[in-house]
Amino acid sequence: MKPLLIKNGRVVDPASGLDDRRDLLVEDGQIAALDKKIEKPEAEVFDATDLVIAPGFIDLHTHLREPGNEGAETIASGARAAAAGGFTAVCAMPNTQPVNDSVLVTHYILGRAALAQGARVHPIGAVTKNSQGEELAELESMRAAGIVAVSDDGQPVWNSRVLRRALEYCAALGLLLIDHCEDRQLAAGGVMHEGPWSVRLGLHGIPALAEELPVARNVRLAALTGARVHIAHLSIGSGLEVVRRAKEQGLAVTCEVTPHHFTLTDEACRDYDPRFKMNPPLRSPDDVAALIAGLADGTVDAIATDHAPHSDTKKQTDFESAPFGVVGLETALAVALEKLYHPGKISLPRLVELLSANPARIVGVPGGKLSVGAPADITIFSLEKKWTYRAAEGWSKSHNSPFDGWSFRGGPVATIVGGNIVFRS
Amino acid sequence: MPARNTALPRLAGRHLLGIEPLAPEDIELILATAQKYQTRTPRAVRPVPRLDLLRGKTLVLAFFEASTRTRVSFEMAAQRLGMDVVNLALEASSVQKGESLLDTVKTLVAMRPDALVIRHRSSGVPHFLARHTDVPILNAGDGTHEHPTQALLDALTMRDHKGGLKGLRVAILGDILHSRVARSNIHLLSKFGARIALAGPPPLVPKDFERLAPSVTVHAGLEDALREADVVMILRVQLERLREPLFASPAEYARHYCLTPARLALAKPDAIVMHPGPFLRGIDIAGEVADSERSVIPDQVENGVAVRMALLELLAPPTAGLAPPAPESGKAGKKKK
Ligand SMILES: [Zn+2]
Ligand SMILES: [Zn+2]
Repeated sequence: MKPLLIKNGRVVDPASGLDDRRDLLVEDGQIAALDKKIEKPEAEVFDATDLVIAPGFIDLHTHLREPGNEGAETIASGARAAAAGGFTAVCAMPNTQPVNDSVLVTHYILGRAALAQGARVHPIGAVTKNSQGEELAELESMRAAGIVAVSDDGQPVWNSRVLRRALEYCAALGLLLIDHCEDRQLAAGGVMHEGPWSVRLGLHGIPALAEELPVARNVRLAALTGARVHIAHLSIGSGLEVVRRAKEQGLAVTCEVTPHHFTLTDEACRDYDPRFKMNPPLRSPDDVAALIAGLADGTVDAIATDHAPHSDTKKQTDFESAPFGVVGLETALAVALEKLYHPGKISLPRLVELLSANPARIVGVPGGKLSVGAPADITIFSLEKKWTYRAAEGWSKSHNSPFDGWSFRGGPVATIVGGNIVFRS
Repeated sequence: MPARNTALPRLAGRHLLGIEPLAPEDIELILATAQKYQTRTPRAVRPVPRLDLLRGKTLVLAFFEASTRTRVSFEMAAQRLGMDVVNLALEASSVQKGESLLDTVKTLVAMRPDALVIRHRSSGVPHFLARHTDVPILNAGDGTHEHPTQALLDALTMRDHKGGLKGLRVAILGDILHSRVARSNIHLLSKFGARIALAGPPPLVPKDFERLAPSVTVHAGLEDALREADVVMILRVQLERLREPLFASPAEYARHYCLTPARLALAKPDAIVMHPGPFLRGIDIAGEVADSERSVIPDQVENGVAVRMALLELLAPPTAGLAPPAPESGKAGKKKK
C-alpha cells in the first residue's frame, strides 16, 4: 500500500499536548512520522490545509442491531455511519438478539466486524445472562475473546448484589463496567423527563432522581470493590455532582454525556415527535447547563453517542408507543462543534480529548494519540465547512435523528482506520 | 378555489388539537357560534335544530378508546347539521390486529371525510396524525393531555350561569394529574382571566401545574381550594389510568375528596357544581350534590352538542352553495399547520 502524507493540517493531540501545524506520514497502517515538513515523493498526498488532524474518535456507546435486528442497522452499516461521523472505532453495546452474553456471540460480532468497511468495532459484553440482571454472564471468557467492557445497557444492573459480584470480577480482570443508571421503580411508565413539560403534555415523567440514585449506588460499589465504573449517558446535573465528588475522593468513576443531552431540553417533546424520545430523556435547561459545565471543567470524561437505530416503521407512531433511542454517529462531532467549541465553552484539544484520548483510555483500546508507531487511526475534520444533515441521506440504515435538517458549521472530512481512508466527504 | 363563507375564516380547515394553541378570539368565535345551537340555557329552552348546513359532508368518528358520551354527542351534532357519520369503534378492530396507527389513519383519510374526530388513550396521538393529513382533526380526548371540546362546553355553561369568565374563581378537584379535562379547562379559563384553584390527593396534584398557565394555584386540601369558589368542578377518579396505588381505597378517597354538601358549603352560596362525567356517586360526588339545584351537569351535556355543532361548522365550513371542489383543490384549499 502506498504511504499517505497528510500535509499542512492543524494537528491536535491532547496526549502529547501538541496543537500546531504539522505534516503526518502514514506507512504500513501506522503513523510513521510527524514533523513540521515531511517530503515523501512516492506518497499519496492529502492536503489538510485549514483542517484539523486528530487521533481517531472512539464512541464508547453505540448500538449496532446485528445480530437480530438487521433491518435497523448492521455491523457493516453502523461501521460505515461511524466512519462518516469521524469515528475510527465504536464500542458495540450487547443488547442485540441474542444478547452478547457469551463467547459465541462475541466471536460472531468480531467476525462480522472484520468484514465491515469503516470504523473498528469493539464488542461490549453483557454483565448478566440475557441482561436480565440475575445471573452473571461469561465475563472471563468474553474478556479473553475480546470484549472491552461489560454493560447491561438498555437495562440497569438493577440488582445491587449481582452488581457487586460483577464488579468483584471486573476489578480482578481490569474490566470496565458501564451502567445505564435507572431506578426502574421510580422510572416506571415514564416516557419523558418529569417536570413542567411532562405535566403540560400529559406524558408520564421519568424523575431526575431515578437516575441520580443508581449513580450514587454505583459510586459506593466502585469504592467497595475497587472496580472501574463508567456511568453511561449521564443526563442530570445532580448525577454529575455525585460523579464530581467521587472523583475528588479518588474513585475510579468516569462518565459520558451524549450530544443530544448537552444540546436539547425536554421542551423538544412539545410536538410529541418520537425523534426526541430516548432514555434517559431530554432533561431541563438547568441540567443542560450543568452538563456543559462538566464538559468544560473535566468532570465529564467523554462524549458518546448512544447511537440507537430504529426503523422508520417503529418510530413513525405516537410518542408514547414509539421505542426509546436516536441515531447519533453522523452528527456527534458537528453538534459538539456547534454547541461546545464555536460558542467558546471548550477548547479544541479538550474536544479531541472528549472524543478520542479519554475514550481510548477508559476502555483501554489502542489509539487516542498521534505518536509515531501508533496505529494510523486518524480523524480529519473541518471547523468551518457549512453543511446540512439529512438523516434520510445518511449512512445509517435508520433515520431517527433529533438533528435532522440542522445546518452545521464544521464536520468530518476524512476518516482513516489502520492507514486506510475509509470515509472522505 | 371555491368561495367559503367568508364570515368564518378563522378556523376553517384547521385542526382542533387542544385549547392551549387557540387564541382567545378563536374561543370567542366557537362559543358565539355554539350559542345559536343551544337548546337549553338558564333563561330559555329551545327546540332541537334540524339543519342541512353541512349536507353531503362526512364526519368520521375514530374512537381508539371506548367512550359513549362524547361519541354520541359528536354523532348528534353532526346529524343535526345534516352530515353523514361514519362511526368506527377502533378499540376492537384493526388496531388490535397489529395494524400500525399510521396505516389505520391512512385508511380513514382514504374515506375522504370532511373532518375526523379522534379519541385515543395515548397523549399526542392527534398531533402525530395531524402531521400526516390535512383533514381537520378534532381531538376528542388524547390520553392525559387535552379534551378541548369538554373545556369549550364547560366554558359555555359557566358563561351562561355566571355571566362571564373573567375574575371567576374555579375550584377543580380530584385526579388532576391524569385529567385531560383539567388541562383543557385550565388553559381556557386562564386565557379569560379566571383564577383556578386545584386540590386533590397530593400525588395527583403536582405543584408543576402552577406553571401550566397563569393564575393557577395548587392547594393542600379541598377546603382551601373550595373557599370563595364560584364554580366547583369535580373530576372523576381515573382508576384505569392509575399505574400504581395512589390512595388506599375508593372509600378512603371518598372520605377526604368526595364533594359533600358540607364541603360545598365552603364555596360561595351561588356556586355551581360541574362534572364531566361519568360520575361515581358517593366517591367523587355525593348523590345529593349531583342531584341538587346547584348541579349544572345536565346543561353540560346539552351544551356539548351545541359546541360540537359549532366546531363542525367552523372547521369543515359549508361550501356556500357552489359545486363541491375537485378532490385536489379541496385539499390545497386548507391551511397547513
Ligand atoms: Zn442506556
Ligand atoms: Zn444505550
